[in-house]
Amino acid sequence: MCLAIPSKILSIKGHTAEIDVGGNTKEVNITLTPEAKVGDYVLLHAGFAIHVMDEQAAEEIFDAWEVAYAALQE
Amino acid sequence: MQPYRNKDYAQHLLDRLRQEAVRPLSAMEVCGTHTVAIARSGLRELLPENIRLISGPGCPVCVTDDLDLDIVIALAQQPGIVMATFGDMMRVPGTQSSLLEAKSRGADVRVVYSPTDAVDLAAEHPDKQVVFLAVGFETTIPTIAVAVEQAVQQGLRNFSIFSLHKLVPPVMEALLTDPEVKLDAFINPGHVCTILGTEPFKFIAEKYGKPCVVAGFEAVDIMEALLMILSQYNQGRPAVEIQYKRAVRPEGNPVARAFIDKYFIPVNATWRGIGEVPGSGLALRDEFAHLDAQKRFPITVTPGKRVKNCSCGQVLKGLKLPYECALFGKACTPMKPVGPCMVSTEGSCAAYYRYGAQKVGGTV
Ligand code: SF4
Repeated sequence: MCLAIPSKILSIKGHTAEIDVGGNTKEVNITLTPEAKVGDYVLLHAGFAIHVMDEQAAEEIFDAWEVAYAALQE
Repeated sequence: MQPYRNKDYAQHLLDRLRQEAVRPLSAMEVCGTHTVAIARSGLRELLPENIRLISGPGCPVCVTDDLDLDIVIALAQQPGIVMATFGDMMRVPGTQSSLLEAKSRGADVRVVYSPTDAVDLAAEHPDKQVVFLAVGFETTIPTIAVAVEQAVQQGLRNFSIFSLHKLVPPVMEALLTDPEVKLDAFINPGHVCTILGTEPFKFIAEKYGKPCVVAGFEAVDIMEALLMILSQYNQGRPAVEIQYKRAVRPEGNPVARAFIDKYFIPVNATWRGIGEVPGSGLALRDEFAHLDAQKRFPITVTPGKRVKNCSCGQVLKGLKLPYECALFGKACTPMKPVGPCMVSTEGSCAAYYRYGAQKVGGTV
C-alpha cells in the first residue's frame, strides 16, 4: 500500500496539490502536510501526501531505487 | 551514483554483515512492503546464516479477521448499501465468501483509491448509504480521519465507516509476550513510523531490551538497518533508531497523529491468526457515533468456520515461512487464495510465491 517514491509538487490550491508522477500530473490531498510548498517532494499514500522532503533527500531515493536491486540480482 | 558503485556498496554491506553476525539473530520485518522488498531482492538467501529474517503481521489486509469480514460482507448485501473499499480487500476470503463474490451476487461494492473518494460517492448518491471499509495501519488511518472530517463538514447523513483499523505497536508487544515467538530485534515499518516517529516504540527497547531500526524499502536500506541492529545487539544497547531518515523524523508527523486522536479511540481488535490484542484497534469517538457503521447497522452473522490448514496465523507470527504451509503453491495461489496472506500483494505468501517459489525447491 505504500508508495516509497517521492513526487514533486507543481502547484497548490487549498488542500489540493498538483504533483508530477513520471511526467503525468495528478491531484493529491495535502491536509496532513500543511508545510508542503511548491517544489517540495512528498511521499504519497491513499491519495494523500504524508511526508515532505527536500530535493536532495528525494534524489537519494531515486538513486537507490534505480540501481540497488539490479546490483543484488547479479 | 553509478550502478557499479552501488553493487560494490551492496557487497560491502554483505561483507560487514558477515563480520558482525557473530551470534544468531532473528529479526522480524514488521511491514509487508519490506517483505516484498526482501523477497524481490533475494536478500534472505544472501544474508549470513546467523541472521534469520522473519516476516511479521505487517499487511493490514492479511490481518483482517475472517469473522469481521463476514459481517462486512453481510452488510454489503443489505439493500441500499454501497460498500466502498480499497481494492486489496476485494478477494480476501471471509469464512464463506469474499467481497468480490458478494459483488458478483449483486451487492454494490466499489473500489476506491482514496478514502475521500468514498465521501464523494456519498455526496453523489444521497439515496444510498455509503459505508467505507476502513482498513489500515497508522499510515492509512490519518487519511481516513480526514475523510471523516470531510463527511462531518459536509453534514453527510449517508456516509459511515466500518473501522477495522489496526495499530502496530500493540501487536509488536503481543508478539514479544507470546511464548512461541522468538525474536531478537525488529525492522520497523517505514511509513508507519513516518506518522508515529520513534516514541511509541521506545518500550520495545526499554522494557523488552530489543533493538528496533526503522528501515527504508530498498535492499541496501534493509542491509544498513540490519547493521545498525547488529551494532545495538552486539553492544547490548537496545534503542529505537532510524535508518530511513529521508522519510522518517523522530517526531513523526504530528499533524497526522492529531487527526487520528481527534476522531478515534483505541479499542481491542482481533487479528487474523493472532487473536485479540488489547488496544490494537480504533473506533470512532462517541461524538461521531453517527458515522460508525458498526453502531448504525448492527448485524449479527452466524460465525462460520475458519479455514483449516491455512497457516497464515503462524506465518504472521513468523513461526513458519510461507512455503512451509502445506497449501502453499498447491491449493493456495494468488489466483485462488485460501488465506489472506496470499491475497494482498504485500502478503508474505504472495511475495514468496511471486519472487521466491523457484528458489525453494520447486514447490510450484
Ligand atoms: S499459503 Fe495460503 S493457506 Fe498457506 S498460509 Fe499462506 S495464505 Fe494461508
